[in-house]
Amino acid sequence: MNWRRSLIAAFLVVPLLALFAFGLTRDPGAIPSPLPGRAAPDFALAVLGGGSADVVDSVRLSEHRGDVVVVNFWASWCLACRDEHAALSTVASMYEDRGVQFYGIVYNDNETNARRWIRMMGGQSYPSLMDVRSRTAIDFGLYGVPETFFVARDGTVAYKHIGPVTDALLVEKIEELLGEEVGDGDATEPAPLDDAPDRRSLQMSEEGP
Amino acid sequence: MLHAVMVVLTLMAAPQQRLDWDRPVPPDRIEEATREVSASLRCPVCQALSVNDSPSELAVQMKDLVRERLEAGETPAEVQAYFEEKYGEFVLLDPKAEGFNLLVYLLPVAMVVVGGAVLFFALRRWTGEAVPPENASAASGDKA
Repeated sequence: MNWRRSLIAAFLVVPLLALFAFGLTRDPGAIPSPLPGRAAPDFALAVLGGGSADVVDSVRLSEHRGDVVVVNFWASWCLACRDEHAALSTVASMYEDRGVQFYGIVYNDNETNARRWIRMMGGQSYPSLMDVRSRTAIDFGLYGVPETFFVARDGTVAYKHIGPVTDALLVEKIEELLGEEVGDGDATEPAPLDDAPDRRSLQMSEEGP
Repeated sequence: MLHAVMVVLTLMAAPQQRLDWDRPVPPDRIEEATREVSASLRCPVCQALSVNDSPSELAVQMKDLVRERLEAGETPAEVQAYFEEKYGEFVLLDPKAEGFNLLVYLLPVAMVVVGGAVLFFALRRWTGEAVPPENASAASGDKA
């Protein structure tokens, strides 16, 4: 009789244990994004500090078909955005003549704060755009900042990075999209791709403006 | 008299129909539909709250967008599908009852059924094994 009881208990408990074990292999902090592989949402946004003779007023993503585009969402109140700023500016300058366009998109912030932040950080080598009411952020399925999207030449989102990017990661992803190998003589070595800080800790430290 | 008329009119008033998620929302029900759709969406920043309940800036902006799209003539289902397209199924507070998600709906029912069966058989055994009081006294008398 005991063996029958044990069999029934095992029949009930083993599938549950298997389910819980499967749950332990999943990262509850990982947030899936459906965007990579799909067409990047088009946007037409005003340029921060635009309006002068040498700066265009607005930018449309679809005008960059044929270029690799790196779209980085940032805010002046975002601490982690400071960590990646130098890497973004440096790599944007390195690739400006190679069909790679960088854009920053200011998320839940105002122009005054954004300009002050750029001045404080020593400038930005690429234009930043104002996303009023976060329509573009929502279109990109943004969870927080910083987040960086790599748009391939055909206009699809090739890769999304959550957390601050490094120069190594930027170079590696851009080279992939340009269809070139990362040269041995490059100043930067490819870094592990999972070097982003934990998403929850980022969000906890980055409340709104 | 006026009070009585008001009561009768209130009783005669047709109950508010349930919102049809597959039809554009009439202008007088936009706010209700905005609340209903927003309540079905998870706030991406706080995660434990719906877009309707969350005070975060992103949730407020998402709710505004829900209202705008409904006012533009999209159905509640289309608006919800827009957010699902952008954020994935993660953004839906109630997972769809399909595939692996079915476990969420079926497992609790299965647990209740199995638990009920176990309880039923255990109680039957316990009550069956218990010695009735009269038998118990008789048994003690026999011994004495």
